[in-house]
Amino acid sequence: MKTKLLTLALGAAAIATVSTSASAATLDDVKAKGFLQCGVSTGVPGFAFTDDAGDWQGFDPALCRAMAAAIFGDAKAVKFTPTTGKTRFTALASGEVDVLARNTTETFSRDVDLKFTFAPVNYYDGQGFMVRKSLGVTSAKNLSGATICIQTGTTTELNLADYFRANNMTYEPVPIETNAEAQEKYLANACDVYTTDASGLAATRAAFEKPGDHMLLPEIISKEPLAPLTRHGDDQWADILKWTLNVLINAEELGVTAANADDMLANSKLPSIRRLLGAEGDFGTKLGLGNDWSLNAIKAGGNYGEIYDKYIGPKTAIGLERGLNQLWSKGGILYAAPVR
Amino acid sequence: MTVASDFSDDVEPFRLSMLIYDKRYRSYTLQIITIALFMLAVGWLVSNVVQNFRDLGKEFSFAFLWEPASYDINQRLIEYTSRSPHWKAAVVGILNTLVLAFLGCIAATILGVAIGVMRLSKNWLVSRLMTIYIEGFRNVPVLLWILLASTAFSAMLPAPRQAPVLLGGGFVPTNRGFYVPAPIWESGSGVLAIIFLLSLVGAWFFGRWARAKQAATGEILPVFWIRLAIIILPVLFFYFILGRPIGLSLPELKGFNFQGGGFVRNSFMALWIALSLYTAAFIAENVRSGIQAISKGQTEAAYSLGLPPNRTMNLVILPQALRIIIPPLISQYLNLTKNSSLAIAVGYMDITGTLGGITLNQTGREMESLLLVMGFYLIVSLLISGVMNVYNNSVAIKER
Amino acid sequence: MSDTQSKNSLLYVSTKDLPELPAPVNTTGPVAWMRQNLFASVRDTVLTVLFAILVIAILYKLIPWMLTDAVFFADSIRNCREIDTGACFAVVTSRFNQLIFGFYPPELYWRPILAFLLMFVAFAPLLHDNLPRKLLWFTGVFPLLAYFLLWGGAIWGPLLILAMVTAAVFVFSLVSKPLNSTLGLLAAIAFCLMYYIFLHDSISGALASAMPIGLEFVESAKFGGFLITFVIGVTGIVASLPLGIVLALGRKSDNMPVVKMLCVGFIEFIRGVPLITLLFVASTLLNYFLPPGTTFDLILRVIIMVTLFAAAYMAEVVRGGLAALPRGQYEAADALGLNYWQATRLIILPQALKISIPGIVNTFIGLFKDTVLVSIVGILDPVGIMQPIRSTSEWNGIIWELPIFIGLVFFIFCFTMSRYSMYFERKLDTGHRS
Repeated sequence: MKTKLLTLALGAAAIATVSTSASAATLDDVKAKGFLQCGVSTGVPGFAFTDDAGDWQGFDPALCRAMAAAIFGDAKAVKFTPTTGKTRFTALASGEVDVLARNTTETFSRDVDLKFTFAPVNYYDGQGFMVRKSLGVTSAKNLSGATICIQTGTTTELNLADYFRANNMTYEPVPIETNAEAQEKYLANACDVYTTDASGLAATRAAFEKPGDHMLLPEIISKEPLAPLTRHGDDQWADILKWTLNVLINAEELGVTAANADDMLANSKLPSIRRLLGAEGDFGTKLGLGNDWSLNAIKAGGNYGEIYDKYIGPKTAIGLERGLNQLWSKGGILYAAPVR
Repeated sequence: MTVASDFSDDVEPFRLSMLIYDKRYRSYTLQIITIALFMLAVGWLVSNVVQNFRDLGKEFSFAFLWEPASYDINQRLIEYTSRSPHWKAAVVGILNTLVLAFLGCIAATILGVAIGVMRLSKNWLVSRLMTIYIEGFRNVPVLLWILLASTAFSAMLPAPRQAPVLLGGGFVPTNRGFYVPAPIWESGSGVLAIIFLLSLVGAWFFGRWARAKQAATGEILPVFWIRLAIIILPVLFFYFILGRPIGLSLPELKGFNFQGGGFVRNSFMALWIALSLYTAAFIAENVRSGIQAISKGQTEAAYSLGLPPNRTMNLVILPQALRIIIPPLISQYLNLTKNSSLAIAVGYMDITGTLGGITLNQTGREMESLLLVMGFYLIVSLLISGVMNVYNNSVAIKER
Repeated sequence: MSDTQSKNSLLYVSTKDLPELPAPVNTTGPVAWMRQNLFASVRDTVLTVLFAILVIAILYKLIPWMLTDAVFFADSIRNCREIDTGACFAVVTSRFNQLIFGFYPPELYWRPILAFLLMFVAFAPLLHDNLPRKLLWFTGVFPLLAYFLLWGGAIWGPLLILAMVTAAVFVFSLVSKPLNSTLGLLAAIAFCLMYYIFLHDSISGALASAMPIGLEFVESAKFGGFLITFVIGVTGIVASLPLGIVLALGRKSDNMPVVKMLCVGFIEFIRGVPLITLLFVASTLLNYFLPPGTTFDLILRVIIMVTLFAAAYMAEVVRGGLAALPRGQYEAADALGLNYWQATRLIILPQALKISIPGIVNTFIGLFKDTVLVSIVGILDPVGIMQPIRSTSEWNGIIWELPIFIGLVFFIFCFTMSRYSMYFERKLDTGHRS
């Protein structure tokens, strides 16, 4: 591969020489590569960001790490590709990334028309508005005539148009490519309102110097079920993603954490935990993975709750309450299918 | 071998090896090989696309252009709502591109000519400053200028509620854009427009008549001032006669922003200013080299014929310099038009921002959208270079 | 002519030379200079005063802000504001490594630096003709060396490519001696393709596992800052020159209309669309044109598109050089009995390229500046890295400092190159152009 890059760069060989045989099974390709290529966003505090060493951290990369651990037993066998709203779907469709874990809303057209397969929802979100408190606005219904910063290429752009049309209001859209740019524009007061997923707004606000000067309006104008996704047509691969996520959620429900997973595997008598951790049955093998896949996934970064609390939970600077994303047994709607 | 055949009358019988050795046939061989390779390459690419599309379950179709776009565009020169189809969003983008390119070319030309002439000034300070301007702008990427202009506007200018209202309410600079008065066309303004057009035609005829008169009698009339009077006076006269049919709407602060009047967005201003300043530096160099290319003898010859300096410039130097200046000038126009696609960096909704941006994202039709966008730029480029060729042929020195 | 004997009788004629007086005060010295160059007329005076006021006003604001009141070392923008009122260039110093190298591993910085320095050695024989010609060998090897230094990995790949090129030259001479050069060229290309498709991966793989010699591999995603600017710019220009020459020759080949048509079509298409659309093609479409399952990284795709883009412009520059060559040169080459390739290689191209040098350098400057567009497709070049730096909580609110620094670096490189090309142009001018 490296030398291929070289010759291509030199123009010594035509592009024609890259001869890779097509194969339907993403899992085989990934195993052959030796790492998982994961698409993330260009940066939303808490959800995906680079640390000082340039490594990707956050709620979304953690899922990719768990998946890499499930496949290779090594949470580090993953590489990240930052994608914008514009490049994310083409990156996935063209095979540049194997999985897209990037706050992406599941919609009909993305599933059916763009041909992607969505895993279960990993974050239930909704589109909100952030304004300065000094504007004295208390409701989104008062926003007529406002200048609104909006990330292009997202569902929020379409929701916004629908919402203002339905309420007979006008607005001035300022299209923005990335969250960082939107933040800059909003802080410079070049727009009155910044709209995106409420979680993103909270995360962005948390990074402000004076978060108290800004508020989220009470209206949530859309459903934004955020879910990781893969390409259509490879059910095995989609299953691996889906069940990695389910395992993380089930682990929280069953009280399995990164710290006690090994212990649980050895000592737990509960059939549901034994099945989850691979002590009973051969679920891993059926997925085309090792039978310790679920154990590795949980040990990579902890269960769903641990990941949530580490990056975006109430104790972090982002400070997002669990809300809808609490387990079904605790008043939320997180309801993962059982491993059985 | 070929030499021998040139001298003998009998035709050499064709042999297969002549396809390689004989100059006359070799070009055919090479061309056939080229065509074959080209077809192979194209076929290979197309088959890959077909295969990839089939694997992904995609189809190649332009039907999406007739579906509702579902997004809003801030600057629209034609009627457009979020319910309009994608093709209309593309048209809005095309018009925005053309407006930007057109105004950019005008501003860049005015600035560039002024700077180019000043660059040749005998005034040391002026010529040095112009050199600094030209080198400074030419050697820094235009994208950086655009981003600088855009951040300058949004960071330096006040928010609407704190914005100063200048010129008696006529001009409000804010960090979102500039509010200016907008004309209100009331009944009777159509008549005024017709009068204006008629005066233009009149001024043109006067120019012809004055030239004919000069040729016949040698009398030189103050053509410029008389023309100006012909254009302005009737319009002013009828403006008051018809009871001021054109009013002005001034911007007023209402709610979040100013309402009424015209609104020039910062994204547009940043692009317009940055592109004009950048392109002006290149045009200035073209103008300078064009004027310098005219030999001093031309000026001296004109003086010896008794022509005054301004007529020398207008009748002798400029027509010759223009022949040199215009071709690179037009290719600068072309560059400006293509550079206007950088609008996407500051959120100006040109064709790259609508069809090549939001439509592409929302529909996932990369292939179709990008083909259309490239097609548009290609057509504009070919039109502009077509104009250039026509001009070049018309001014080319007719050689014998 | 005049009567010489009356010379002495004319009393009003001086008999001795007067001492030379100094020139009038108002024609030499600084005062005169100012009169002639600054205040020659009323209009000039007005202009001078206006511009002088403008310059002084700007400098009065700018110098304290940029120099005397500026802060060059601080942790964050707040820290900056506490120290002084001027510009906060601390953002440049504290993020300097990121602006230059992106996320390249710091312990490996010596590799890009070495590659950068070797680049000058490689270009030296092209730019200075009094250096030993042997250095050209190094120029030929440099691309492989630079690749190896920047990306690392096993050394076998680059070595094998070098061997392949050597073998291809051998194949070329083997075929072209008995047959002709065109066929030789085709054979050499075919040889390279065959080797590359069928043998390269397995051989290099086997060697790498048998003798793992090499440098630590650095993936493209770690590249950023001016490193990316140089990688894309230099690769683009170096790769586009041969391609541009071929296209220009193709466009000039009147006896082969098909070849000419293809070349013209390619050149006009590329020149007719903005670079940014080509970069969009690189970032969203290029993978569709390759066999299913093929992927290679964005930087490489961008380099390919930038090379194609530059090649079209290069072709026009070279075409200009070819057209400027007097017809007699072509006829003389024919008269000497040289065939097409010999004439092109020995007579036409050396002269045409020499005439084209200013154009080539201009294309390079243009391409170098255009590399910043890659920030729009998400590559972290200096402009692309600006946004993430600005959005960190330390530097939130920085406006001018980063673009000023980046602009200054671009200015220094581009200005130097344009001056060098002018100098080079004068030096190469052998005086019989026209």
